[in-house]
Amino acid sequence: MSPRTPGADLPEHPDRLWRDAEPKRSYDVVIVGGGGHGLATAHYLAKNHGITNVAVLEKGWLAGGNMARNTTIIRSNYLWDESSAIYEHALKLWEGLEEDLGYPILFSQRGVLNLAHTLQDVRDSVRRVEANKLNGVDAEWLEPDEVRKVCPVVNTSTDIRYPVLGATYQPRAGIAKHDYVAWGFARRADEAGVDLVQDCEVTGFTTDGNRVTGVRTTRGTIGAGTVALCAAGHTSVLTGMLGIRVPVQSHPLQALVSELLEPVHPTVVMSNAVHVYVSQAHKGELVMGAGVDSYNGYGQRGAFHVIERQMAAAVELFPVFARAHLLRTWGGIVDVSPDASPIVGRTPYDNVYLNCGWGTGGFKATPGIGSALAYTIAHDEPHPYVAPFTLDRFVTGALVDEHGAAAVAH
Amino acid sequence: MQLIACPWCGPREEVEFHYGGQAHVPYPDSPAELSDEEWAHYVFFRDNPKGRFAERWNHSAGCRRWFNAIRDTATYRFERVYRLDDPKPGVTELARSREEGTAP
Amino acid sequence: MTSPFRTSTGGRIDRATTVEFTFDGQTLRGHPGDTLASALLANGRHQIATSIKLGRPRGIAAAWAEDPGGLVQIEEPFPEPMLLATTVELHEGLAAHGLPGQGRLADVPDSARYDAVHHHVDVLVVGAGPAGLAAALTAARAGARVALVDEQSEAGGSLLSGTERLDDAPALQWVAAAVAELAGLPEVLHLQRTTAFGSYDDGFVLALERRTDHLGAAAPKHVSRQRVWRIRARSIVVATGAHERPVVFADNDRPGIMLAGAARTFLHRYGVLPGREAVVFTTNDSAYDAALDLHRAGVHVQAVVDARPEGSPRRAECERAGIRVLSGAVVTGTRGAERITHALVAPFADGEVGAGSAITCDLLLVSGGWNPAVHLFSQARGRLRYDAALGAFLPGEELDGLAVAGSAAGVPDLAGCLTDGQRVARATLAGPPAADDRLPTAPESAVPTPPLVLWRVPDTSGADGSTSFVDLQRDATVADIARAIGAGLRSIEHVKRYTTIGTAHDQGKTSGVLTSGITAELLAIPVQDTGTTTFRPPYTPVAFAALAGRDRGRLFDPERVTALHEWHVAAGAVFEDVGQWKRPRHYPRPGEDMEAAVLRECAAARTGVGILDGSTLGKIDVQGPDAAVLLDRLYTNLMSSLKVGSVRYGVMCGVDGMVIDDGTVLRLAEDRFLVLTTTGGAAKVLDWMEEWVQTEWPDLRVHCTSVTEQWCTFPVVGPRSRDVVGAVFPQVDVSAEAFPFMTWRDTTLDGVPVRLARISFSGELAFEVYVNPWYAVAVWQRLLDAGRPYGITPYGTETMHVLRAEKGYPIIGQDTDGTVTPHDLGMAWAVSKKKPDFVGKRSFARPANQDPLRKHLVGLLPVDRQTVLPEGSQIVEFRTDGRLPPPPVPMLGHVTSSYRSAELARPFALALVKGGRERIGETVHVPVDGTLVPVEVTGPVLVDPEGARRDG
Repeated sequence: MSPRTPGADLPEHPDRLWRDAEPKRSYDVVIVGGGGHGLATAHYLAKNHGITNVAVLEKGWLAGGNMARNTTIIRSNYLWDESSAIYEHALKLWEGLEEDLGYPILFSQRGVLNLAHTLQDVRDSVRRVEANKLNGVDAEWLEPDEVRKVCPVVNTSTDIRYPVLGATYQPRAGIAKHDYVAWGFARRADEAGVDLVQDCEVTGFTTDGNRVTGVRTTRGTIGAGTVALCAAGHTSVLTGMLGIRVPVQSHPLQALVSELLEPVHPTVVMSNAVHVYVSQAHKGELVMGAGVDSYNGYGQRGAFHVIERQMAAAVELFPVFARAHLLRTWGGIVDVSPDASPIVGRTPYDNVYLNCGWGTGGFKATPGIGSALAYTIAHDEPHPYVAPFTLDRFVTGALVDEHGAAAVAH
Repeated sequence: MQLIACPWCGPREEVEFHYGGQAHVPYPDSPAELSDEEWAHYVFFRDNPKGRFAERWNHSAGCRRWFNAIRDTATYRFERVYRLDDPKPGVTELARSREEGTAP
Repeated sequence: MTSPFRTSTGGRIDRATTVEFTFDGQTLRGHPGDTLASALLANGRHQIATSIKLGRPRGIAAAWAEDPGGLVQIEEPFPEPMLLATTVELHEGLAAHGLPGQGRLADVPDSARYDAVHHHVDVLVVGAGPAGLAAALTAARAGARVALVDEQSEAGGSLLSGTERLDDAPALQWVAAAVAELAGLPEVLHLQRTTAFGSYDDGFVLALERRTDHLGAAAPKHVSRQRVWRIRARSIVVATGAHERPVVFADNDRPGIMLAGAARTFLHRYGVLPGREAVVFTTNDSAYDAALDLHRAGVHVQAVVDARPEGSPRRAECERAGIRVLSGAVVTGTRGAERITHALVAPFADGEVGAGSAITCDLLLVSGGWNPAVHLFSQARGRLRYDAALGAFLPGEELDGLAVAGSAAGVPDLAGCLTDGQRVARATLAGPPAADDRLPTAPESAVPTPPLVLWRVPDTSGADGSTSFVDLQRDATVADIARAIGAGLRSIEHVKRYTTIGTAHDQGKTSGVLTSGITAELLAIPVQDTGTTTFRPPYTPVAFAALAGRDRGRLFDPERVTALHEWHVAAGAVFEDVGQWKRPRHYPRPGEDMEAAVLRECAAARTGVGILDGSTLGKIDVQGPDAAVLLDRLYTNLMSSLKVGSVRYGVMCGVDGMVIDDGTVLRLAEDRFLVLTTTGGAAKVLDWMEEWVQTEWPDLRVHCTSVTEQWCTFPVVGPRSRDVVGAVFPQVDVSAEAFPFMTWRDTTLDGVPVRLARISFSGELAFEVYVNPWYAVAVWQRLLDAGRPYGITPYGTETMHVLRAEKGYPIIGQDTDGTVTPHDLGMAWAVSKKKPDFVGKRSFARPANQDPLRKHLVGLLPVDRQTVLPEGSQIVEFRTDGRLPPPPVPMLGHVTSSYRSAELARPFALALVKGGRERIGETVHVPVDGTLVPVEVTGPVLVDPEGARRDG
């Protein structure tokens, strides 16, 4: 027996990650939320704009929310121009992120298949592929026999309940290792002088007219020149303290993992109709998820029938998974907006920026939104990539409706 | 998976129910007179509290009737279910019913 | 043939029967009642595999699900990855091999069956050990409906592993009597081989029953292999026992090192000696039983090494037996390669290790105390508290409906567990306990010396903790924890992720609390502050297929078929999934492809007569004095002005003003409408209506109900449809004057009620025939017979789509995508200007709705008259050079529907195009397979724009 099981091992983390900082009395920029978006924003504020008098406030442990709970799928094959622009921006950053962070983030461009099971799925898929191509996003439409070549374990037989009629394929899509990504951003931000403050829950804000002057926390009040809200599922709790209404709803989203298995699934497969998405992560575990639980919930847990349904979908699409074992289930809190697109930009307060509503798309956007939000903060002007995602669009009706591409899309 | 007490059918499995979001958001009397912003708030904006929330549920795989519930979005615990024609319970009333153990 | 390490008597195995199995290719023998692990140990085999990262030999280290060492791949009877040798029951023909922590999936589908059962009880007891049995008896005797589930092959729990006595007889006699008593009570469900793996809200517990795994090839095919029990219990008693905790020291991972309690299990339950020469290393009294029992069974116990300076009151007992007891001593390391050969023992005082010596052994038993199995309690969001005396996390609060009993709650002794089980069960009862609710008498146990909480022995080997394994499955060590802390990490969650401790197959059953303890020690903070990582379902791994149950293949989602389905199948229809419905897409004749079939079907409908099974269309019966008011509020157009006997097309929008459905509405009476919806939208529209009626307009006197399944619908379409319908229903005057377009008539056929409606989704003269499904085949056949002279042609959804597209009729969900208004579809005519309000109206006034560049539904004609544009194709501005510029290329819209038209003798398409109505007559480009296809933008109606054909 070989002494080391191939793929079952991960690169070691470095000996030095970050200081467990004590909060100072004030900062130029206070980022609320120490998840992927908050940490990435801090990194790019320092790296691209030289802004380092920054604190990232995290109520629990760094990157312990959705960043620690997502299924790490990275892709940019969204339908609308506005969405594909920011996700493609993110994907390009992902492609250089290992070098930028000096951290082995295990970004693996193994491609993603979005399966089509009905004729309307096929139409929607072709529409998205053609739009992606014109937007410069790599995309292909694959017939079932080509799907089988990319991922031989997908059940492409015609006698299943909803046969696979084809798939969209984005070869540059893939997965990364979430903790490694978060810790890479955290380490860089820490090196640049950013204070990463854990166990620091925001309890309120001090304001002066249209400006926020400070952030009240469980570790005291912290003065803030600018505040950026990067709290994903907890955004409404924060905006509630500021008296701002934001059209997001927080839902439980569950995911699960199997034990370590020899490589069998070389890509990422997503299916909206049979409702599951799966990849086999670096160590060999199958990582999968499905739809959100229907009700609002901050409990980081959902109902088991959602998992059972997901297992049925997984075995339907991948019969060889039958005797893989569910090892662990967990839940995150996703903030879902009415058009399944993010809400980023200004708020009624002059110096407070909002970044929420990413729903199920937050992880893949991490470097993209981090850099665009850092730009927005540094220039006090929305970066072109985030400009379409204003809160105002719900008043004008100029939505970016990604339900088709993102309803369960991860 | 929770048991949800339908006001007409009694406790039933969560899978029988359909979630309807925030309760007590009436359709505006005269939409035409609303500003775009006011209308947007009716169409798209709903409260999203962490904690006690008055919300709508439909017993879709049972009696198919809508009802309201007070539920805690952090613990998921239902504090009260009530019919659509019942008024929204006040905080005092909820506290009292919890003490008396009459909450579902 | 006797296996070398099998005792001559004892154990719960069937010695009279021998079963043959293979491990790593070697044929070995064991007995029914063995686990794979006990059979391997009986054959002297400890090592199972080498470790995942370091390749170190690893063996069986525990006796059940907490074992971190004995992962195997099953090959026969069916490949299954990553099971524990300690939990695989032996059967004839079992073939397995050891795994380093990564398994292999079968490359053929699993043919076994799986299912699920719901069960409702007053009391669910998890665990059939002493506490669980006492609890189940108490509840059942009092008349409660009880479920008792236990993960082992037989009841007894810890009693199976020892020599305890109850009522002055072997405790297992009491177990047998208890099981028999429970079996005699009608309201008791008792399941062994059933693991409660998840606990959720409101007393909901999931359990997996392994029904046939232990039978091997003899498993009956008709019995599901595994069953998920979905148990809803008013009260849950968690009596899941405790897991023994190891102590970490250098080279603590060699085969032959196991938990002390596990050695007792192997001895007493399976009749196996796990070694010949043993050293026992303990921090508490419980391991003395293992030392004495092994000694009595003939194992040479070299020494008991007790870390406590004061030792144990049981020292004398050992010494009488000739066992050396070293108090205030620890095991600092081991020697050996594929099996332990020596334990390195040294004095230990005040945390300091003295000079040591090596003791030869082939077995090192370790006990660092016990961790209550609080998984189900914690999953139910019970808070844990750290007990510094026990060095363990215990339930830290009372939960509604879930109580923990026995050693799972930290109760140390047998008598206490029995009493606790009874106490907890009594608290669940509505009434008094039964009169005969008696507990057996347990002998009094000696007052124990308090255990020493010792997470790790300082590493004196010079390896700096890099061979002191905390999580054997992940090859993670004390050095790794130290490195994580050195990197700046403080949270136990970060330490877990940095070291990967607790992420492997056992999910930290033995390593979790150790990690909390060692982390706290290194950070010099209380263990309570470090806490544990979160316990998450499942308690032990569960096969995907078991959770999928029967919801696979045809049962993955219900299949809905119309009353004519058999006829369609016999006619050779090719089916399309539309929602849950199976709809004929086309009816190819021999040698025809879809294109040929559809051209033929279209031509028949346009020139002769065709017939469609439209039964899947949603139908909603809307009744009540305010029915018209409701429809006026939900449709964009006016329905209240519709006359009884007439039909009107209507569009429905969401509050955001986007089209959600469309269809025709028949007014049956002043207070009654039949609303037709799209096939896919039927349930949604009914929900929509009910939601508005119940939640917003409860004052409306109206009721809605689905009648989709009550009416089959057959559009008879084409210039000869009047001849056909007239022939089948001679009592109906089908002339254009007597039966005008958009009206309906009731009639009968041989006494069967039939409704006819002049509705056309093709632009041709057409009659929809509605009939109860019982008579559907007969009426369909009559229509076919009557149509034979005219070449009546059944057609499917594809032809239906072509015919409607030629007329510019949109399909909601195909030509719309939730961002399209009636105005975008060119249906301003269907939006009432008279009504003060209807759902969606206000949204039409938003700025974005006034944008002249909104996308409009238009027609497209490929200029080459050849190319069928792929549906979904994007549309760009006409490029004079015929080439696409580099991305991003602005898009004008996309092709929503595209077909070859028999009528037009050319392909055509419908599309949503920015400002499309202003572009009619322009030529734009559609990229298709790398070339730009020029297409002319037209109005959406391409066939019979004057509407001359609808009356025939």
